[in-house]
Amino acid sequence: MSEMSINILIGGEAGQGLVTIGQLMAKALVRGGHDVLVNQDYMSRIRGGHNFFAIRTGPEPIQCTTEMVDILVALNKETLEIHGSQLTERGIVVADEKIDCRGLNALKVPFNDLASKPLFYNVVALGVLGAAVCNDIAILEGLLQDTFGKKGSEIVASNLEVLRKAYAWVKEQNFDFSCMPPPPENPDKRIMINGNEAIALGALAAGCNFLSFYPMTPSTSVALTLINKGKELGFVAEQAEDEIAAINMALGASWAGARSIVTTSGGGFALMVEGISLAGVTETPVVVILVQRPGPATGLPTRTEQGDLNLALYAGHGEFPRAIFTPGTPEECFYLTHRAFDLAERYQTPMFVLSDQYLADSYRAVEPFDLDKLPEVAKPLLKPENPKEYKRYALSDDCISPRAIPGFSEALVKVDSDEHDEQGHIVEDAPTRVAQNSKRLCKGCGLWAEVVPPGYYGPDEPDVLFLCWGSTLGAALDASEMADLKVAVLHFTQVYPLKDEQFMPFLEAAKEVVCVEGNANGQFARLLRQETGYGVNNFILRFDGRPITARYILAGLKNIL
Amino acid sequence: MINIEAYGTFDTAWCPGCGNHSILECVKLALSELDIAPHQVGFVSGIGQAAKAPQYLNCNMFNGLHGRSLPAAQGARLANPNMVVIAESGDGCNYGEGGNHFLAALRRNMNMTLLAHDNQIYGLTKGQASPTTAKGQVTKTQPFGAPSEPFNPVAVAVTMHTGFVARVFSGDQEHLVNIIKQAINHKGFSLVDILQPCVSFNKVNTFGWYKDRCYRLDESHDPKDWDAAMKKAVEFGDRIPIGVIYKDDKPGFEEGMPSLAAGPLATRELNKTKLAEIIDSFT
Repeated sequence: MSEMSINILIGGEAGQGLVTIGQLMAKALVRGGHDVLVNQDYMSRIRGGHNFFAIRTGPEPIQCTTEMVDILVALNKETLEIHGSQLTERGIVVADEKIDCRGLNALKVPFNDLASKPLFYNVVALGVLGAAVCNDIAILEGLLQDTFGKKGSEIVASNLEVLRKAYAWVKEQNFDFSCMPPPPENPDKRIMINGNEAIALGALAAGCNFLSFYPMTPSTSVALTLINKGKELGFVAEQAEDEIAAINMALGASWAGARSIVTTSGGGFALMVEGISLAGVTETPVVVILVQRPGPATGLPTRTEQGDLNLALYAGHGEFPRAIFTPGTPEECFYLTHRAFDLAERYQTPMFVLSDQYLADSYRAVEPFDLDKLPEVAKPLLKPENPKEYKRYALSDDCISPRAIPGFSEALVKVDSDEHDEQGHIVEDAPTRVAQNSKRLCKGCGLWAEVVPPGYYGPDEPDVLFLCWGSTLGAALDASEMADLKVAVLHFTQVYPLKDEQFMPFLEAAKEVVCVEGNANGQFARLLRQETGYGVNNFILRFDGRPITARYILAGLKNIL
Repeated sequence: MINIEAYGTFDTAWCPGCGNHSILECVKLALSELDIAPHQVGFVSGIGQAAKAPQYLNCNMFNGLHGRSLPAAQGARLANPNMVVIAESGDGCNYGEGGNHFLAALRRNMNMTLLAHDNQIYGLTKGQASPTTAKGQVTKTQPFGAPSEPFNPVAVAVTMHTGFVARVFSGDQEHLVNIIKQAINHKGFSLVDILQPCVSFNKVNTFGWYKDRCYRLDESHDPKDWDAAMKKAVEFGDRIPIGVIYKDDKPGFEEGMPSLAAGPLATRELNKTKLAEIIDSFT
């Protein structure tokens, strides 16, 4: 439940450091025991424009972002103009004293007096906001220590001085910040992580050791996290000349024994498509991280959408098996990415993890991932028995040919883009083609048997069942709890393959099934119909580049019922 | 020494008289003379008649997509620094479809060899102009003559100070074997642009055409002299110099990537303690 929560929105233009303030503030809240959920909204530019960083926080679990604002930190006048109408009745504005707050309940901050130079405006903002929502200045001090420690003790000291001054100034004002609920007592230890970081950690936990990529918003921070955090683990990464190179490099590496990942967004993934087909025919494991943004083409580069399900589903000419995971939370990003690596290795075929900008940039407080609870990830064969007799595409009952790695025995490992015989040599005869193509497709049966069931949340036999996938989980859950009706949520963390026995009873037991998707065509509903024959008639769709919220869903539901 | 028979003998899909036969034989000779066993070498090819060469060798093979042999080869190289990595494909594959990858590979300078079969025509698709076809040469798809300037891969490689740049002719086998061996031994990126006739689809650049023009560079050419190398790189007309055009022993890509020092990625074990610390750093 998010009822006890407040929403803090920090707005300003690109280059004002609002992400730094936001990250530090969110982290302070997490360290203080609060839950947080961040929504980052930014324009595709480096300076100017209007960006915001919204932190919804409170002592109880937070599930999704909201439009309503309780504390509006306006780093410029425009922020007030854009977001003023979103303020709740208890809403407070925090702004520079020079900004005209037009009679709103505002704490007017003398930024120039509190910061000895403009460089410290960020820290003033943090100190002011921190005084409002975090009663323990030691948490903020510790954060600054952690953040600036590497730059030397002088820099830490000057930042701390500004922080304390700003914090003390707020306390003197006796301004009423009572809308902020107190933190829980004895909170469990949590980490603060966003979807992209969680994907990167899931990959590292699965033993992923090779990345080739081309930077593309909003996927880039997966690569950045892999590179920065993987340094100490011997991780190998190369920024390729383009996405075509990235996927082919990942496949060459995988053939030679790496555990490979590629990270991209829609346009970049479109370039990788021929390589996906190559992974299919050569039976080379690879995990593709596709962080969606609105298209077509360049679309809205920094915003969110669930518009590339069809692209992932049909990417690659010819027929070969695949699985598509669609995590709804950072925890699911971590565990499903880990799982994708295991399946990629066992079934020797490409695996997809679909996320989107909202989840990618959404920091949450989560329980630290327990590495000891993870299942072992399958490994290829370094030295096959009877290496001289080794055949890369040996036919067998389970359709899976042991995957040897070249160079570790006398076995010769031939993989071929052309149709091939058991040894990997180019052939064109019909029976071999049928045998090899069938062998590849047959692996899909194994993938089907291992499908992750969708999550069902809420009462049995509901009046309304929200059908959703990926990042819309939290909004659907919040909406289901806020609605006056008996509402449940069916959330798919794996959208392909679909195993109907796992969910058909839920669909049939609901009075109304409403599909909630962040796209214009209801792509998942169409897939569901194609795979099961079950047709959804009610849709709540969003394709304006903004995340689906509980209020958005409830407004849509009103129109339907 | 590894017996050349270890590399096997296969029926090929090539025309009689095609330069590919000679190149295949020279590759086998070079590998056996260098004492490299079939399982120690990884051939990565694209698509085209030249790209079929690894099909006719006992070796590890990654026969990938048209134009994409270089990215796959470099991926393999990064995954296993102990593997002898050779990319082998034609002029269309390397310089046309894969042009961007060619430039990037020259810049990276990884320790691997590119054997580029260069017959100045598309063979597998039956006779269209390739990036190296002479301007004005009439083909079925360029009936008014190939309209664009031909690409000079050797000159481009020299401008970028690529580690090892050679131009050779498939008809001079002894020379070709020697150059392939030098290329494999070079610690950095080696380009071997191999001029070869296409007996079916290039009636201009025939065996005789190359034989009349190609001459071996002698000791008077210093491949470490960049200015001299540029002159030889652009000499392509009545006379075509063959041999090592340019050589630069600068450090390879691998030396700037410390994570490669721990050996092949396939043998790595996840350091769970380290990873747990990393997860903890998100507190």
